[in-house]
Amino acid sequence: MAKVTLTVNGRTMSGECDDRTLLVHFIRDKLGLTGTHVGCDTTQCGACVVHMDGKSVKSCSILAVQAAGSSVTTIEGIASQGELHPVQAAFNQHHGLQCGFCTPGMVMTAVDMINRHGGQLDEVTVRHELEGNICRCTGYHNIVKAVLSANEEMHGASRQAAE
Amino acid sequence: MYDTNYHRASSVEEAVKLRSSQDEARYLSGGMTLIATMKQRLAAPSDLVDLRHVASMKGISVEGRKVRIGAGTTHAEVASSSALKSVCPAICHLAGMIGDPHVRHMGTIGGSVANNDPAADYPSAVLALNATVVTDRREIVADDYFQGMFDTALEEGELITAITFEAPEKAGYAKFPNPASRYALTGVFVAKGASGVRVAVTGAGSNGVFRATDIEIALSASWSSDFVASVAVDAGQLMEDMHATPEYRANLVKVMAKRAVAMAG
Ligand SMILES: Cc1cc2nc3c(=O)[nH]c(=O)nc-3n(C[C@H](O)[C@H](O)[C@H](O)COP(=O)(O)OP(=O)(O)OC[C@H]3O[C@@H](n4cnc5c(N)ncnc54)[C@H](O)[C@@H]3O)c2cc1C
Ligand code: FES
Ligand code: FES
Repeated sequence: MAKVTLTVNGRTMSGECDDRTLLVHFIRDKLGLTGTHVGCDTTQCGACVVHMDGKSVKSCSILAVQAAGSSVTTIEGIASQGELHPVQAAFNQHHGLQCGFCTPGMVMTAVDMINRHGGQLDEVTVRHELEGNICRCTGYHNIVKAVLSANEEMHGASRQAAE
Repeated sequence: MYDTNYHRASSVEEAVKLRSSQDEARYLSGGMTLIATMKQRLAAPSDLVDLRHVASMKGISVEGRKVRIGAGTTHAEVASSSALKSVCPAICHLAGMIGDPHVRHMGTIGGSVANNDPAADYPSAVLALNATVVTDRREIVADDYFQGMFDTALEEGELITAITFEAPEKAGYAKFPNPASRYALTGVFVAKGASGVRVAVTGAGSNGVFRATDIEIALSASWSSDFVASVAVDAGQLMEDMHATPEYRANLVKVMAKRAVAMAG
């Protein structure tokens, strides 16, 4: 048994688990944050994507003990004061989901992607960057639209502020 | 996953010591191969020695044409390094095509080179760049390092600390990704430098990464994609699996080599 302490969505949290416990199970079962999903056994679907120290990672393929001491953000941590994050709002507006199972991972992936590209996102880049996230429902079109629209919203707004 | 014991190392010495204290221990770097394999119960190390907190194994240094990439450097860091891009953009291009963004944030060059998957991207770069694999105890040149599928010159418990090479005059990489896994169905890395022309092929060989000497000879005579077209690639030593026949792969070797040369310019 290991005691794991990490910062989750800005709060310090700890729990006991086996060394072999995956981060996603720690987050869901020990911390009760069930927004992060498990969609496969093979590290391929991206339903489990969270941010660890600011980078998107697959929480199904990291041990909780590996993440000890790091800062993790889950889908529960991106809205602020009851306001949806711009990426969440764009998924809603553009109908970027049907069953919603892949959505937490898609949203966390989109936030990371938009942050990393500093506004320079086009459709080809978005599709390439979504390679690690599988959606069985939407056919991706509306997800891509939502990501591009959120990118515009987030970077367009900062461009305006700079002017 | 079977039970395991986790240890976090903070130096190369500590990592090697922890690893040697248990028979069934394994190093854990990005975990993008090892944890995935453990989840399938295809690996069951008694102990894991986490390398992610060994500072001396991280980072990229470029001095003149001399390049050193720490074994713990992630694919994302290689892909986005401007220092590396200025002397050898082909390796940045290669790293940016590995898996997906989440895999690239965790997976490392050391883990990939240690694992030597026959369809992994990095082995082709290490071999074509005539790179050196630096370990806790010695330096191994690429031609001696790769010894077949998942097989390398590494001894039990030997730790890769860095990959070093002299940046070539020109280099390019092209891969035909497996549409499902993104690993190389065939990938070709071409380089022209102090050690002449070197061409390494991954994903296609039935014995792992190999040098395509016929293409090397053609490109040494004239560095142009037209010359590659005239080479006959023998399908005899190529892999046969559900994804492609040896003949299909032989054709891919040629097409990817042409694209890699075009990219190198
Ligand atoms: C969905 C997915 C897609 C992928 N697609 C690709 C792809 O397109 N191309 C590609 O090349 N790869 C791909 N990979 C594999 C990925 O690149 C891995 O990151 C890499 O093969 C292993 O690196 P790692 O740091 O994760 O190593 P780990 O998984 O931590 O370790 C792998 C092995 O190497 C050993 N090891 C690790 N570091 C060292 C060291 N410094 N010295 C000695 N031994 C060491 C470990 O003990 C273990 O046996 C993919 C993986 C996934 C999950
Ligand atoms: S659950 Fe993590 S990639 Fe599928
Ligand atoms: S909305 Fe159902 S899997 Fe994507």
